Amino acid sequence: MLRSSWGAAVAHVARVVGDLGLAEDAVQEACAVAVERWPRDGVPADPRAWLVGTARHKAIDRLRRESRRAGKEEAAARWTGTIPAPPDDPAPLDPAGLDDEELGLVFGCCHPALAPEVRVALALRSVCGLTTAEVAARLLVAEPAMAKRLTRARAKLRDAAVPLRLPGPDDLPDRLPSVLRVLYLVFTEGHHASSGDALVRPELCDDAIRLTRSLVRRLPGEPEAGGLLALLLLTDARRAARTDAAGDVVLLEDQDRRLWDRDEIAEGDAVLERALRANRPGSYQLQAAIASCHADAGSAADTDWRQIALLYGELVRYEPTPVVEANRAVAVAMSEGPAAGLVILDAVALHPRLAGWVPVHLARADLLARLDRTADAVAAYEHALTLGPSAPERRLIARRLGELRG
Amino acid sequence: MRYLFLLNSPGGGPAAEPGTPESERLFREWGEATALMADAGVLIDCAPLTPAASATTLRVRDGEVLLTDGPSAELKEWVGGYTLVECDDLDQALKWASTLPAARDSSIEVRAVIDTGRGR
Repeated sequence: MLRSSWGAAVAHVARVVGDLGLAEDAVQEACAVAVERWPRDGVPADPRAWLVGTARHKAIDRLRRESRRAGKEEAAARWTGTIPAPPDDPAPLDPAGLDDEELGLVFGCCHPALAPEVRVALALRSVCGLTTAEVAARLLVAEPAMAKRLTRARAKLRDAAVPLRLPGPDDLPDRLPSVLRVLYLVFTEGHHASSGDALVRPELCDDAIRLTRSLVRRLPGEPEAGGLLALLLLTDARRAARTDAAGDVVLLEDQDRRLWDRDEIAEGDAVLERALRANRPGSYQLQAAIASCHADAGSAADTDWRQIALLYGELVRYEPTPVVEANRAVAVAMSEGPAAGLVILDAVALHPRLAGWVPVHLARADLLARLDRTADAVAAYEHALTLGPSAPERRLIARRLGELRG
Repeated sequence: MRYLFLLNSPGGGPAAEPGTPESERLFREWGEATALMADAGVLIDCAPLTPAASATTLRVRDGEVLLTDGPSAELKEWVGGYTLVECDDLDQALKWASTLPAARDSSIEVRAVIDTGRGR
């Protein structure tokens, strides 16, 4: 409950006091009060409104205290930009507007005036409520460096008066791609951990889906927003089947499809259909269409791999990256046989950006094994082991090597 | 004739750490100097800038607006003029900046000005 209200609370307080860092601190304090009081006194009727109101009160209180302490040096303090003036009469709290305020904060965190690499970090911290240490660990950056990066980004939002609101229709085409990209990254951060043993951080997936759903509700005329929501739903539907009891990765073809969430698949398919009707295709709609092919297949063998290979061929036009090409290779291998897929994959695996990417070597090893090129397959798995695979990937490799050598 | 004094400082912002005696001294001296200019009737506008780290650099290339987070890194570029505008937020400011020829010919560093209530 507290987690899913964090972003809206930070967004609202940041708009009132004009300072994101102060807003985060105030929401943190309000959460601490809730953790102490709610179990004893009961949860308030509208917990989100309570959290937002409490945090706002704390933030304004602190500004008043600090500006009093600054006393006659207040002008000097404001000159250095350290203490914003407390708002005289903040507008009354509008619970219905909180969703919009939260989306406004997402657009602020994704503003093109911020460096691309800081946007997702800021969203994970300010909107999803991860601690700086957690953000640093997930994005593989040392904590002090991450803290510095976040502090600078917050200062820039404040100093340059970057608006924390939904852009108007004229600006939307320029601003939306960055927001969709960051929401996608937040989801993948939850879906596939960059490091550590935990494969899934489901609350980040939930955050990404909730925010994208609220974005689609607000911008029904943007098919790529719908495409992203469909992609996230269709991918998330496989959550329960993606890992086994030991926490190991279960490949798509080996997953128990009875564990897939049929309601989520139905919603994803419906959202995708609506988006495709606009007849403005894009990368997220294509990726969702691919996910939908998988979701609708009764088994890996029943999958329409020819259709998937075609969709990947189309996707390459929007995203000409070796990763997309590698995925196309796998689909071609499934529809036309491992030899045809291996031709594409061998070319892709040489790409410098993929040379150190574990999944491409796992896919290559798998195709080699299917072609009965056992020695080459073993060599490919062994090579993957030298590239620092995650713990679940390491266990998968060990299992496959055991089968090949056995 | 109007003149613009470009005041350089290491970080491009206030020259001393906020809250330090050094910062207070600079603020006092700056206030005294500008008060004298105002009394003499020569002051049109004066203001320090937020740190260069908070700048956004804007270019228009092939009709497309390109933004960089931070000040212009090209040391061969120097400030050649300035335009002071009153805008609601960075989005509005960037929109106006992209209409200036300098955005196409070189680049424009967009910096928010701190309101001190001095000058006019």
